[in-house]
Amino acid sequence: MTTRRDTGTTWGPIGLGLATLVGVFAAVEAMIRVGWINGFIVPLPSAVLLSFERIIVEEGVLRRFLFTAAEALAAGTLVAVCGTSLGVLLYRRQILRLACENWVAALAAAPLVLIYPLFLVIFGRNALTIVMIGFLSGLPPAILKTVEGLSSTRRVLIDVGRSFNLSPSQQFRKILFPAALPTIFVGLRLGLMFALINIVGVEFLINFGGLGQFVNELAERYDLPAMYAAIFFVILVSVGFFLLTERIERWLGRVR
Amino acid sequence: MARSSSMSAVAHFGVGRVARVRMAIVVVLLALWEAVAMSGWLFRDVVPRLEKIGRALVTLLAKPDLYANLGATASEVGVSIVIGGIAGVAVGLLLGGNRTLGKAFEPYLHYLGPTPKIIFFPIMIMWFGVGGGSKIAMGAISCFFPMAISTAVGMREIDAVLVRVGKSFRAGVGQMVTKIYLPAMRPAMLTGLRLGLGVAIIGVLLAETKLSNRGLGYMVIQSYTRFDIAEMYALLIVVFLLAIAANALVSRLGALRRGGA
Repeated sequence: MTTRRDTGTTWGPIGLGLATLVGVFAAVEAMIRVGWINGFIVPLPSAVLLSFERIIVEEGVLRRFLFTAAEALAAGTLVAVCGTSLGVLLYRRQILRLACENWVAALAAAPLVLIYPLFLVIFGRNALTIVMIGFLSGLPPAILKTVEGLSSTRRVLIDVGRSFNLSPSQQFRKILFPAALPTIFVGLRLGLMFALINIVGVEFLINFGGLGQFVNELAERYDLPAMYAAIFFVILVSVGFFLLTERIERWLGRVR
Repeated sequence: MARSSSMSAVAHFGVGRVARVRMAIVVVLLALWEAVAMSGWLFRDVVPRLEKIGRALVTLLAKPDLYANLGATASEVGVSIVIGGIAGVAVGLLLGGNRTLGKAFEPYLHYLGPTPKIIFFPIMIMWFGVGGGSKIAMGAISCFFPMAISTAVGMREIDAVLVRVGKSFRAGVGQMVTKIYLPAMRPAMLTGLRLGLGVAIIGVLLAETKLSNRGLGYMVIQSYTRFDIAEMYALLIVVFLLAIAANALVSRLGALRRGGA
């Protein structure tokens, strides 16, 4: 419950944060104008702000965003389908879980994105390479969290299902899966986040696709204000994605 | 608790059976690999024979070049962890210790944390040049966010009794940090270090693949350019094993500390 007093104490720090941000931009603008910061290295914040219109109208940043979003959607779907299925398999076959869970955890710690030159050879310089890298990097958390969610289902719920003589598939659909859903979603959220990070990263590295390629292109053109604006745009997309998935996660937690 | 349940499950199945299943999975995967390599379904050399990868691995491990590049990458990752880690701990202490500052600035850490850091690489090149500086900067900004967030969370979770004890002894700011805050936050900071190490390694390696003339990332992209796929596999095996070992080492350090505490 948020009281009037709470709201008051929350808005103060938010205002402080925003004011500091504006203050930093104003200070950078002033320092560039007086020549303390080299304008050929850091563009004027006002020029960055103005170039937002240019990247939207002339450079088609929204089209590029949709391209990246489509890749993220494809990778996310693969992560959701394969990650949850493999997680369920590991949950159902305890011996497989014991044999493989540490390997999956180790994969999560490995810099999987570095495999991109290999995928360039196998799949070519196209969206499939990017989607596969996103899929691979998002897979380990989805598998691990699915196993964790299903394993931590309360014993009493499983016993209730048994007392109703539910078949194994009914037990899964009506008891196990709904109970594990919030934890599974945490894994999917992490997986999607890793997928998005790696998708934009590989787009940047191989100079193909949507937003990542856009940043690389602008850097190669040495269009600094537009490059900074494009980077801000990528940050905004990440923030939007973070907030959306966080909200869904909270909602699932409440529904549970 | 999870560890103990996993250990009891291993005891239930028997260590030998789990090892046999692992062995069977490895054998099946290797057999599948060899079958694909011999089938000719993919372009020649895209999936080389295991024997060829093995030979490439042995040759690679005998090359002094590997160790020079490994040294370059390791030093870049090391320096980036020191810079990003110290900055992250300082910011985390500040935001975790002050509610107003935490509410004002911590959301920005959470928002910027999941941003793909590699897009900052052009900026880092302009600020720090094309040499090791830009790679260290990439590693440092990658490492900074998990360290800062973990430290801020750890700071807020410090038992209030410990803080009161420190204040009742009239401890100064430096003493509070070294005697109360840092020891109490060790688990959270080690988690941050483990996460930070992982992303710093990724940041440095990716930066090396994009623009560099040394380091393991540079070696990977060079083998791609030469179409020496067997060497690329060998390099990826080495890099993955090293990254996993580094991560396991930090995790083990955390477990030891917890055990010793």
